[in-house]
Order: sequence, then structure tokens, then C-alpha cells
Amino acid sequence: MKAKVVDGNGNLLSSVTRRDFMKFCTAIAATMGLPMTAVPKIAEAVTSPKRPSVIWLSAQECTGCVETLLRTGHPTLDTLILDLISLDYSETLNVGAGHQAEAHREKAIAENKGKFILVVDGAIPVKDGGVYCMVAGKPVLQILNETAPLAAAVIALGSCAAWGGVPSADPNPTGATPVHEILKGKKIPVVNIPGCPPNPYNFLSTVIHYLTFGKLPALDGKGRPKFAYDRLIHENCERRPHFDAGRFAEEFGDTGHRLGYCLYKLGCKGPETYNNCSTLPFNDTPGCWPVATGSPCFGCSEEKVGFHSPLFSKAKVIFPTPPAQPVDAVPEKGSGAQKFAYGVAGAAVGAVAVALATRGGKGDGSSSSGE
Amino acid sequence: MSINRRDFLKFSAGAGLMLSAGAAPAQAAKTPELPPEAVGILYDATLCIGCKACMVNCKKANSERGGALYHQDTAGLIPYEYNEPDKIYDAPQSLSEKTLCIIKAHRDDGKEALPASGEQHLSFLKLHCLHCIEPACVSVCPVAALQKNPETGIVTYNKDRCFGCRYCQIACPFNIPMYEWSKASPSVVKCQLCNHLYAQGKYSACCEACPTGASIFGKVKDLREEAKRRLALKPGETYAYPVKRVDGNERTEKVVSKYVDHVYGLNEAGGTQYLFLSGVTFDKLGFNPKITDQVYPDYTWNYVAAVPKLIATLLVAGTALRVVTQKLDKNKNESGKGDAT
Repeated sequence: MKAKVVDGNGNLLSSVTRRDFMKFCTAIAATMGLPMTAVPKIAEAVTSPKRPSVIWLSAQECTGCVETLLRTGHPTLDTLILDLISLDYSETLNVGAGHQAEAHREKAIAENKGKFILVVDGAIPVKDGGVYCMVAGKPVLQILNETAPLAAAVIALGSCAAWGGVPSADPNPTGATPVHEILKGKKIPVVNIPGCPPNPYNFLSTVIHYLTFGKLPALDGKGRPKFAYDRLIHENCERRPHFDAGRFAEEFGDTGHRLGYCLYKLGCKGPETYNNCSTLPFNDTPGCWPVATGSPCFGCSEEKVGFHSPLFSKAKVIFPTPPAQPVDAVPEKGSGAQKFAYGVAGAAVGAVAVALATRGGKGDGSSSSGE
Repeated sequence: MSINRRDFLKFSAGAGLMLSAGAAPAQAAKTPELPPEAVGILYDATLCIGCKACMVNCKKANSERGGALYHQDTAGLIPYEYNEPDKIYDAPQSLSEKTLCIIKAHRDDGKEALPASGEQHLSFLKLHCLHCIEPACVSVCPVAALQKNPETGIVTYNKDRCFGCRYCQIACPFNIPMYEWSKASPSVVKCQLCNHLYAQGKYSACCEACPTGASIFGKVKDLREEAKRRLALKPGETYAYPVKRVDGNERTEKVVSKYVDHVYGLNEAGGTQYLFLSGVTFDKLGFNPKITDQVYPDYTWNYVAAVPKLIATLLVAGTALRVVTQKLDKNKNESGKGDAT
């Protein structure tokens, strides 16, 4: 295996030990929930000299998705874009600029027709012919419509590309539209990897699944890879025991918040957001995701939740489960009778008091006032 | 004309035949006998950690097609019970038309000193239909909507037969059948031991979900043996408890805690297919101490068995009376007419 690694990309992988490399392959397999037998396959796929061409289009976006990807630990960005994939066009990472970059994009598309992966980050403005996002004098809507039919697969990276994200928030002045809606009529498979930004490993795992098996991973009804998005954040949340026990932070900075209680009442959208934030540390950094830092999840990766529902509004619990406190096996009885008895006693005391008062009143006026 | 001797004898013979026919199904009180392939659940409260995975899985599995909570109009929706305005917990307070299985808890808060018997301060209880060997609900159901499967012994409910008399609710000593009071066309709801899952090679959802082996599914014979084996264990020993199924390979080792020397359900109400082991006495777990080993249908069997006889007698006597009075009337009318002309 080592020889193969060096053969393929000797100069680039010289700093990567075989151990580190296999660790990377294992981690990728684990992310996707693949068996360990898939690890050698992955190793073979990622060291194959035929690197798939990737065209990366950016529309209405903040570059957060690319920035996150730049900070991955395994593989590092250079391994990714130089060894695993052939990143032929990316506005952020292009070496060339201007006409040179555009010419390279066209050349790469022509060379890899039907084989390249198209990654889109950012929402696509459609209002007024898409003039609100222009690249090289062309609306990005037109570029997407021209490029997507030639691609093998389209990956919509980030919530903007997947759902519309920030640019589509009310009142959506530019008509920002998710990628899958634009390509709906063309029957082009679109993988949505939502998140703001998404965990880069969800993206990398999807790409490597494609490299290894030649097909996209299993997707859910909304086009999201199931290995990452088939469970609610709430289901695996590290603060879940507090939720079940009814221990909530009531406001920011209160005792409950300091003690790490559940953030549901502060507006945490974990109970309605599908993502693997609570199980896969963001960019290999444990404890850096919002809930761990004490900030409620705002549902960035869920359609119509992030950027669409108020930040501190309570989430709808999609899958309610019983609370931690069970009901009593023998329910307490007789409390009603007890209360009734107290009531009767109270009424009796009152009646006696009234009777005494009336009696006092009936007596001599001067003496009663003195009493 | 009055009826002649011949007609009278004919009626008498017919009535006698009908009486004997009606009496044929009426037998003496049955002794409880376990169906050959009886399946059930053994719940060991000393293993239960109160995680309620069984409650969650029960609702999920029974909301599927064929499940006891499945309704055509709410197909695929899980019925939740909200008790708080936020609607965040599925928090049933007891068994209900939306909850077939519930975990309850006995807590004495440690106020009393530990009883000399070594009883626990805390114990859970998982409650659902006990699937009696001689179920009272089946015996009172006038339309056989509730039936006991002759093979598996599962007490099943057929929505299409039920006409809503709710005798089963009154008859059940364990308060298990629940009624959908909130619905326009209600049915009775009770655990049917997930019998819709057996065809798929699955079994009771509560046992499938139980992580500790507190609830195990299996044949009642095996479960009874397992329960007796556990009672013979000494506290402090280590025992490999079966998990999920009594006949499965999955086992978990645990130090044995002290049991109350009784298997609830072995004889109670004539025996049930759901058996309980516990570290605290069963009345503390909410079992009515008035429930004895008495077979419930036997209470009423002498009366119920007479019902077909009664009906047959009434039918025959009524018919005879009708025929007699009809003939008498006819004679009277004929003679009356003769007078008038």
C-alpha cells in the first residue's frame, strides 16, 4: 500500500505517513458508517491517479463553506485538492484570475464532460434574470444552467445552496433560490449538504463515497446523505439528559445556563434539525459546536428553520419521548378528600365566627363596640 | 279450534330438542391451560433502569400498519400525550388510548429504614396487557371482538367486530383495556404483544428495545423456567441474564439483587403470559392485592353458561305461547263473526 501511495503522488504525500493515511481512510469510513472492509477500497480510490475533476461554482455566499473546508485536519486542504480531487475551478482557490480562470473552467468542463463533480455553494438569485450575482459578466443562474447538465453529480454545499439560506430570508430581495429547485426540471441528481457552514467531513465523505463506489451515498427525501442527516441533533445531544429531566436554562447566564442545562427554552432548534453535529465534532474540534458552547442551535442546516424562524422562539419537538421522571406505581389517593375536609373545617370556623359576630351585634350596642 | 294433542306433543318434542342443543356448549368451569405455543414477556424489575425505551419503541411499532395504535385516518402518526403547554414530552400518566405500555415507579424516598427483607427503595414497573391464560375480557365480550389466539395465547382485539359495550374494561382486573372516548367512532385499545410484527420475523417492540434484559420475549414455558432459575439465585452472585429474547444468544452479566420470592402472573387470575419478578412486594408496584388466583371467567361462568339455555327456553316457550294464543284468537274471531251474521 505504501509503495502505491508514493507512486501515485510521491512528491505530495511524502510528508504523510502510511499510518496517518490509513487513519484518514478509517475515519472517512467511520463517518459514513461503512464497515472496515471498505477502508482498503477507499485507500485505493483516493490514491488512484485518475482524480475526478471538480468545478466549484460560488453564487450568493459568504465563502464560509470554502473557509471551513480549508481548515480540515484530515485530509488537509492540499491533500484534498491536489491528491484526491482535481479542483479545476474555484473562485476562492484559483491560482489564475480573470479570463485565464474562466478559460480553464471551460477547458476542464469540455475535457470531463459527464464525469466531473459540480459543487455549488451559495443561493442562486433568479429575480430580474439573475443580475444580482454576476461572474465574468454572466449571471450565475446562466452559468449553473449551462454547467449542471454536463456534470456527473451536483453537490449543493451549505444551507444557501441547499435551501436558500441567508439570501433567501424574508423579504428575499434577489429571489435567492436553492440549486435543486433550479435543476428540478432537468432531472439532475443534487446532493444537499446543508449547514452554515456544514461540517466539512460530511462533504468530504460524500465525495470520497463517490470516488470509491462510483455512486452517491444513500439520500433522504430532501436529498441529504443519510449517513449524516438521518437523525435529529436532539436525539444525540450531550445536553439531552437535562432535557429529559426537565432541567432548562431559563435565560442566558443564569444558574441553569452555567450548569450546562438544556437550551430548549432559549430557542434551541435541536429537536427539529437533522444533522450530525452532536456526534461528529465540527472539523475535528470537540466542544466547539454551538450547543457545547452554551449557544442554542439555531437550525442552520434545516429548511425553513435556520434564517426563517426567530432565533429565540421555541422549537417544535418532532419526536417527543417520555420525560425522565416516571409516574408513581401507586398514585397518591385521598388528597381530594383531605382538601374537602379542610374546606369543611374552614367553612365551620367561618360560620362560627359569623354566628359569634351576629350574636355580638344583637347584644347591647355600646358594649359590643367596646369588645 | 283448540290445539290438538298431536300438535302439543310436536311442540314439546321440538322444545326439548332445542333445549338440549342449547345446553351442549355449556360445560363446567374450565381449568386454565397454557396454549401450546404461548408466547409472553418476563419483566424483571431488578434489571429495569427506567429508560423508557420500551415505551418509545412500543408507540413507534404499534403506530405502523397492523399495530394496536394504527388508525386509517392517522396512518403513520404516533399518538403523543402532552401534559404541558410546550408539548415537549410524550408524558402519559397511566395506560390510555394512546399508550399501550408504561413505565411506572415505586419510590419510598428512603424515608423508611431499609426493610428487614432487603427490599429496594426504588423499583420500576412496566405495565401493559398481561395476556391472561383465561382472560376475563374475552369471556365477557358479547361479539368476540376480543379473542385469545389458540396457538400463541395472545389476546387480540378486532376493531371491526367491537360495538363498544366496554364490558372488557369493567371485567379486566388489571385495568388494561382503554377506550377512545375522544373519537366519534371509538375502539378499545390494548397491547396485543406486537403480533403484527411476527410475520416480519420480529417480536414485541418493548423487548426489542430493552437494553438491560429487563423485558425478555419468549415462550411462556421458557420464561417460567427462567423466572424460577432467577429466584433460586443468591443475591451477590453473578448471572448472565438473557437480553431481548429468552432463547437468544445475547446475554448480559449482572450481580443478582434480592428478589421477592414470587413470580407474579404464574397463578394470579388463573395465570398470565406476562410474568413479573421484582425486588419489592407487588402491592407496592400497584398490583391490586384483591386479585387472587381465582380464574376470572369462573366467577360468572355458572350464570353465563346458562344464557344459551335461557335464550332457547324463552324462544321455545314464546313460540309455543304465540302459536297457542294465535289459534285461540282465531277461534274467537271465527265464533264472533258467526254471531254477527
